[in-house]
Amino acid sequence: MRVSVIVFPGSNCDRDVAVSLKKFSNKSPLMIWHKETSLPDSDLIVLPGGFSYGDYLRCGSMAANSPIMKEVKKSAEKGSSILGICNGFQILTESGLLPGTLIRNQGLSFICKNTSLKVENDKSFFTHNYNKNEIVNIPIAHNEGNYFADENVIKDIEDKNLVAFRYCNKNGDINEETNPNGSLKNIAGIINEKGNVLGMMPHPERATDDITGLNDGEKFFTSIIESIK
Amino acid sequence: MIKIDKELIEEHGINDQEYEFILSSLKREPTITELGIFSAMWSEHCSYKSSKTWLKKLPTKNNKVIQGPGENAGVIDLGDGDAAVFKMESHNHPSFIEPYQGAATGVGGIMRDVFTMGARPVALLNSIRFGDTDHPKTKHLLTGVVSGIGGYGNCMGVPTVGGEVEFNSCYNDNILVNAMCVGIAKIDKIFYSKASGIGNSVVYVGSKTGRDGIHGATMASAEFDDDSDEKRPTVQVGDPFAEKLLLEACLELMTMDIIIAIQDMGAAGLTSSAVEMASKGGVGINLNLDMVPCREKKMSAYEIMLSESQERMLMIIEPDKEQEAKAVFDKWGLDFATIGILTDTNHLVINHNDELKAEIRLDILESGAPSYDRPYKIIKESAFDESLVKETAESPINILKRLINSPNLCSRKWVWEQYDHMVMNDTILRPGGDAAIVRVHGTNKGLAISTDSTPRYCSADPVEGGKQAVAESWRNITSVGALPIAITDCMNFGNPEKEEIMGQFAGVVTGMIEACEILDYPVVSGNVSLYNETNGKGINPTPAIGGVGLIENLNHFSTPHLKRDNDTVLLVGKTDGYLGQSIYAKEILNIISGLPPKVNLKNEKKIGDAIRDLININKLDTVHDISDGGFLVALTEMSISGGIGVKIHLDEKDVSPKFLFGEDQGRYIISVPDELISDILRILESKNIFFQKIGKTSGTKIIINDSEEIEIKSLKKIHEDWFNEYLKG
Repeated sequence: MRVSVIVFPGSNCDRDVAVSLKKFSNKSPLMIWHKETSLPDSDLIVLPGGFSYGDYLRCGSMAANSPIMKEVKKSAEKGSSILGICNGFQILTESGLLPGTLIRNQGLSFICKNTSLKVENDKSFFTHNYNKNEIVNIPIAHNEGNYFADENVIKDIEDKNLVAFRYCNKNGDINEETNPNGSLKNIAGIINEKGNVLGMMPHPERATDDITGLNDGEKFFTSIIESIK
Repeated sequence: MIKIDKELIEEHGINDQEYEFILSSLKREPTITELGIFSAMWSEHCSYKSSKTWLKKLPTKNNKVIQGPGENAGVIDLGDGDAAVFKMESHNHPSFIEPYQGAATGVGGIMRDVFTMGARPVALLNSIRFGDTDHPKTKHLLTGVVSGIGGYGNCMGVPTVGGEVEFNSCYNDNILVNAMCVGIAKIDKIFYSKASGIGNSVVYVGSKTGRDGIHGATMASAEFDDDSDEKRPTVQVGDPFAEKLLLEACLELMTMDIIIAIQDMGAAGLTSSAVEMASKGGVGINLNLDMVPCREKKMSAYEIMLSESQERMLMIIEPDKEQEAKAVFDKWGLDFATIGILTDTNHLVINHNDELKAEIRLDILESGAPSYDRPYKIIKESAFDESLVKETAESPINILKRLINSPNLCSRKWVWEQYDHMVMNDTILRPGGDAAIVRVHGTNKGLAISTDSTPRYCSADPVEGGKQAVAESWRNITSVGALPIAITDCMNFGNPEKEEIMGQFAGVVTGMIEACEILDYPVVSGNVSLYNETNGKGINPTPAIGGVGLIENLNHFSTPHLKRDNDTVLLVGKTDGYLGQSIYAKEILNIISGLPPKVNLKNEKKIGDAIRDLININKLDTVHDISDGGFLVALTEMSISGGIGVKIHLDEKDVSPKFLFGEDQGRYIISVPDELISDILRILESKNIFFQKIGKTSGTKIIINDSEEIEIKSLKKIHEDWFNEYLKG
């Protein structure tokens, strides 16, 4: 298993995701500094959460243009799997690896809280240990997590079953009230058509430790690790 | 040459007596740069000139204290070679002028104090106070401060795990923004600020120096007037991204054996860091300001020395290690510049553009700093007039609904949901409880942390209020099962030149001393913010206490959330039903008078120690302390957060506002499962601790004596609605 976590200046969930990866695979991922111009062969590349380059421009836009992202794109083309969490998801949309964009939360403020998610695609590299329509509790923490794309893109994503997770409540209701940030169709995470790139705003790495009261991210990491094996 | 005249001296906040001292010490007139340096170093903010005679009386040691006051932050021993490094600091005046940047840079500054000692920041807390909710500035200040705190902490990736928010008209024109940071370090890898080694290099790292924040320390020590908004240019602008890089670069450099001493450039910027580091080490320091990385052109020596640009550090390293150190900062894209050298002259010497700009003997600046034993008069309210509490026909549930929908008792969720309180994945108990619990990464130990103060008590009786602030902190830490170890304090007061204000300070410190001693809960760091007055009107005396405790084994801790049906609910500690200075008296009766509740420190310790043992030895898992709002409010919080109801059975005489909403101190509510109840009752009895059975947990309602009831769901909505409604309007 070869996993690389890209560390941008301003990344701040790099350690957290590395701890979760190690917990379920017993192997520490490689931490790759953004200035690197080559990337070791990787089964999985993780773009962690944080505020890459301070996110003073549009979130993720600076990182999307960093040297290492050229390498990430090449790896994605060759078939490596790419996971973007929170700022990582923003970087994936900014770099064109996933469609759509993430705009400012509808309420115009940062939101950190637990959210219920409905697992929509239970067949992917990243999610196969979940059941379809399973409701999982995974927290969000972002200011720009409001997923937006034009109608055709949304239709395409939905028709092809590329929505990984949607925001809902404990009963699985998907509506305006259960939408924390204004995302179109309550979309919380999407997969690309090829199935090797996933971006999500919620933080599965924050739901892998019983003592914190959240462990629904475990199946996410075990899915990935089993897929790699 | 700028002429030093009376007006200029006055503008620098230096009085006649202080100026005479400068003249006689220098044996000449100071240059403008020197005047600026004296002004900054002798400002109340840096010199503690009004407060130090009192502060030095505070207990600062116990067997866990590694470093007390006097360094960038305090340090305590957590066992296994781990240490917690923490401090709280005010950023009141800047936050009133520019709430977002003021609060953000307050958070940035306190984090630097912690990581400059070699600790990785792991938790942020705050204590923020605003004016009346209908004051025209309050909404703007509240939203700005909250987003500023979040903006900085969230970007740094350090969780904001707790805090307190209060509204009171005394803060209308003087809000309080106190930020606390806790970091974790290895005991043998703690860095200090004492410069040493003649000939060693003085190195500047971090962001460039600009014209922001010049004379921030002097501003922060002056009273406000109606023109305060014009002081906006003296507020610093924060760049959390730069600070994140600075944090990682410093911690990386600290793993190498290079740094001899390090200090952040906080209040009074390069001036205070250079002077303090050299003074502590008993060495001289020469600075060449031509080498300082500047953001703006043509900055004068005066401006460079007094700039409070953020995200900068000063280090002492050996000259032959400069290249190795520079490589680390290059990697993180930060400036690294050798700007001076340590000397054996005991002088601060400053050159700029090939001119000598300042030459001051360091002992004049430091030990020559003025210290005032200001006259004081401790004033307290007269006894609470019980006859003002009239019988009420209003049902307790109705009163409860009004109280938990009032600004000072409603849920703070709107605030803390804007803070990333989970990043780093070690937040075990989130905001909203008594104390937050943060795991020491990679171990099974936990830190319990909280911030507390009850300024209305301090105003009514400074000594009792000082005791109460420390005792409440100790109680909150105890409630989660931790052993309280030490505190940091942020002392926010009005103008100390007034006898009654100095009396508030003296009284509060006197009360704190007694509580710190009896509870073995010393002060290891802190900060004083005086002159919190506008147009002659001071704030309530506000000693914000940041407490830290240790949970040695996270297999046992407790939280306030009710967890099961059929638990027995006990109220531990005696309830006399005292309503003086209570929120009930203020919100429901509109009475703000009388003495605050008494704190019996010996009793406090006895009950708290027993509660902690019940958690650690008997595995009690549900505890909440009783504070603002009294018993029924505390129990409601437990119900709401756990989603479980309580059937309350009380003697009819206790179904009264006095019992339900009185704020008697030293009390806890515990919820005990059947299998523990006989043991716990036996233990409480054997220790002679007063308790009473309140009822049983069950269902989804709070029911009082089978006659009155309310669904928790509706209580939760009422509790959480206040902020949303307030900000909508």
